Amino acid sequence: MIELKKISKYFQNNKVLDNCSLTINKGETMVIIGRSGVGKSVLLKHIIGILQPDSGDVIVDGQSVPRLKAKDLNKLRLEIGMLFQGAALFDSMTVGENVGFLLKEHTSAANESIDKKVEESLAMVGLHGIQNLMPVSLSGGMKKRVGLARAICSQNLKIVLYDEPTTGLDPIMADAINNLIISLHDKLNTTSIAVTHDMNSAYKIADRIAMLYKGKIIAVGTPQEIKKTKDPFVKQFITGDAHGPITEHRAAESYELS
Amino acid sequence: MDLKTRLNFSKKNLEISLLISGRRFLAALCYLGGLSILAGKTIGAVFTNFVRRKLVIEQLNKVGVNSILIVFLVTIFTGIVLALQSAYALKKFEAAIYIPGMVALSVTRELGPVLTALIIAGRVGASMTAEIGTMKVTEQIDALESLATDPVNYLVVPRFVALLIAVPILTIYGDFIGVLGGYLVGVTKLNISPHLYMNLTIDSLVYKDVLTGLIKSVFFAAAIVIISCYEGMRTVGGAEGVGRSTTMSVVMSFVLILMLDCFFTALFYFVFP
Repeated sequence: MIELKKISKYFQNNKVLDNCSLTINKGETMVIIGRSGVGKSVLLKHIIGILQPDSGDVIVDGQSVPRLKAKDLNKLRLEIGMLFQGAALFDSMTVGENVGFLLKEHTSAANESIDKKVEESLAMVGLHGIQNLMPVSLSGGMKKRVGLARAICSQNLKIVLYDEPTTGLDPIMADAINNLIISLHDKLNTTSIAVTHDMNSAYKIADRIAMLYKGKIIAVGTPQEIKKTKDPFVKQFITGDAHGPITEHRAAESYELS
Repeated sequence: MDLKTRLNFSKKNLEISLLISGRRFLAALCYLGGLSILAGKTIGAVFTNFVRRKLVIEQLNKVGVNSILIVFLVTIFTGIVLALQSAYALKKFEAAIYIPGMVALSVTRELGPVLTALIIAGRVGASMTAEIGTMKVTEQIDALESLATDPVNYLVVPRFVALLIAVPILTIYGDFIGVLGGYLVGVTKLNISPHLYMNLTIDSLVYKDVLTGLIKSVFFAAAIVIISCYEGMRTVGGAEGVGRSTTMSVVMSFVLILMLDCFFTALFYFVFP
């Protein structure tokens, strides 16, 4: 189970997360939705300990992530895979070296068994025989798939974090990635957290959806509950309406600032 | 404008300039603090963690082998120019015989280490900042962390070890080439016999001259790596940010190399004469 307990995070004077709390149950797929720049990726990076909260706590499997020592944090990270928004593949390494990075660095496995695991992980995301290619020669969709293969190429995977898994992809590729996330979740039986502003993707992959607005989670529910919500903020976001409380608030804020 | 308004105006101006100076001072302190923390972490990691040999060798090739030609060109021309300029001054006093010693001392104690360090800062330090900066803005450093790998151990430590090995070696090489530059001028233009030139060079040098240059080069190497990697790791703002960090890294490295050079020269002159 993952618990975010009243976490707040500032970047200079900008409060990105404001006493934000959320619980993600073991084995479920939670999708966090919200406008661009609202702090969804920041929230995700707190779970894996890349960012530390200014206040509050992040509990993963009973351990407080901000209080973990570097060695224990790295031990926990071996159980968490993360797909980054731009895939974040290491430019200087081949696809095979990227995918097998974790096993090579942190296990004593023989090269042959790492190669086999790399091949399996790539096959799970529908890619074959591209181990020797460099990331620069891949398309956007392929990079995302390789990023996903790298995230799941671990011996003891329990949690997968997806940062905007479908952003920047064409609708067909986006749906293929959605199917991939669902099938990986079923095959590996992991807890998954995805952040996105793509509602089609959210409805398709989520067991529950949470909406982040002004640093707080303002709604949590199943896709059906979210679709039927009466909350005007959530309603405006999921229908993609240009007019509504979210845009009015922002306009009022800009006016006050000016 | 009456006196009261003028006083209020200058008070406000003073407050603003104090505020700006205060912020700049704090930013400078933060910068120095960041550099010190990175230096501490890196040196600590060299002694407590395993050093990735493969990455060190990769960096040694980038830093050392690929810099041989540029170090050769810069130091040989410097040796030639040094001999010619000395000849211009010393020939007036019929003292051309002192040129080999002057060239050897200037090159080994000063120009060899400083010029080599400046070349490495411009050629290697800039590329380190650009590479690490690009990794930072494309979330590759976050990806390293997510894969349970400490970016300092993985990125900074191999570069640190490689530069600490390569820069002193390049400095010795630069010393030889600089002396060779002076030798070419002395033998071909100043009519000093090759045998005499070599004897005069060797007689004028003591171990300490070469050693002080090497001690300097070790500190220069450490300064280049720490500044270059620190600038890379704090890069923000995409391609423009990478450009800004790279410029900053070269400027700061140059300034710090010359400051350290001044400090060590004074130290060796006054404390260990």
